[in-house]
Amino acid sequence: MDYLIITAILLAVLMLVMTVIAIIHKKMMVAILASGGVGLFASVLYLLLAAPDVAMTEAAIGSGLTTIIFFYVLNRIRSNDQQKNETAK
Amino acid sequence: MDYIALTTGFLIILGGLWALLSHKNLIRIIIGFSLFDTGTHVVIVAFSYIRNRTAPILDQTIAIDGAATRITDPVPQALVLTAIVIGLGVTALMLAFAMKMHKDKGTLDVGAFSDQKN
Amino acid sequence: MRNLLILVLLAAFGLMLYPIISEFSPNEGLSKVSEYYATPANVATINAANLVTAVVVTYRGLDTLGEVTILFLSAAIISFFIKAKESKRKLRANSEILITASRLLLPIIIMLGVYIFINGHLTPGGGFQGGSVIASAVILLILAFPEKPVNRKFLDFLESLSGSVYVAIAAMGAVVGLGFLDTTILPKGSFGHLVSAGAIPIIYSFIGLKVGAELSNILSQFRSVQSE
Repeated sequence: MDYLIITAILLAVLMLVMTVIAIIHKKMMVAILASGGVGLFASVLYLLLAAPDVAMTEAAIGSGLTTIIFFYVLNRIRSNDQQKNETAK
Repeated sequence: MDYIALTTGFLIILGGLWALLSHKNLIRIIIGFSLFDTGTHVVIVAFSYIRNRTAPILDQTIAIDGAATRITDPVPQALVLTAIVIGLGVTALMLAFAMKMHKDKGTLDVGAFSDQKN
Repeated sequence: MRNLLILVLLAAFGLMLYPIISEFSPNEGLSKVSEYYATPANVATINAANLVTAVVVTYRGLDTLGEVTILFLSAAIISFFIKAKESKRKLRANSEILITASRLLLPIIIMLGVYIFINGHLTPGGGFQGGSVIASAVILLILAFPEKPVNRKFLDFLESLSGSVYVAIAAMGAVVGLGFLDTTILPKGSFGHLVSAGAIPIIYSFIGLKVGAELSNILSQFRSVQSE
């Protein structure tokens, strides 16, 4: 029983650290990866809270698909900016 | 364990709200929304936890007859299952809108979208 | 000045939500509703081993119908917004490892997704989990073979078919059984076997197919606006 509580405290500290990184860091790519990392650690926390269905769903959707959609949009916006800079020169 | 999860979820909700209010870039505001969602789901699942009990699935380890004294609460878990999928749909919709707004004005700054009269 | 206002707002919000932690007492037993769902007589009526599945499909089936509607609505609005430009673009060739590994892994991932939603009433899993696993297989396909176009018509047809069959089964419960979304219209079977629990495996399979097709549709819309 002790090991579970130590693991839960470790997970909670990791989740809070990644949240702070997602808010403060200057580069956008690191912030998106950190928000995906919060979802990943939340999925392990759900397993410790005896909820395996929710853990499976959060791992697949919250930390996989959301990060990929964020990266698609980031790529599109950056390439738009690059095209505009090239035509403006 | 439930106190740990409750505190973590509460702090993540506050962190998401802070990201929502203090940034100007539209994509960072959407990251704040996603963190807000994750924190709320952790709080709701933490309400379903009962100490020294196991997951609500009846197989060889839990017989049907004594099931009500050995499982955790299945109702909040079912609600959070739905909420996670809806959170993904709403985030995808917000990102599609952000892409459209960027194509229209050329910038992602929130202050540039405040003209309504012309 | 702005930072001060944000701090005040956060403190007020935190104070409003603080009684979650301060007045929380750990649960002693199940709540009354869950105890009613877990009595042996009710478990024998529905005959599903996974209680979360029984709650999602049978007892709270109307919420699931609403959620399927919300997903459909967001997929429709995204496809209305994003105009697909199928333009030829020159891309760097992918690495050999990615192509070979994805050729090997794609059928296995799809099979895993189908296994998860077929066995939704026996083990942890179900329609939503299986659907997202299938959507991640489609992402691997898009990333590894960028020139291969995703067959949008097939995904649309699959999604509409699954949605209509789900609503038709639900309405059949109103005609033949006890009410809308009743799962005891099909025989219960024996506990713990694959063909049991009435209409729950059929409903969850169609929900899984619908969610998988919808998420793949959303992701392929986003991909078609990507340039270089």
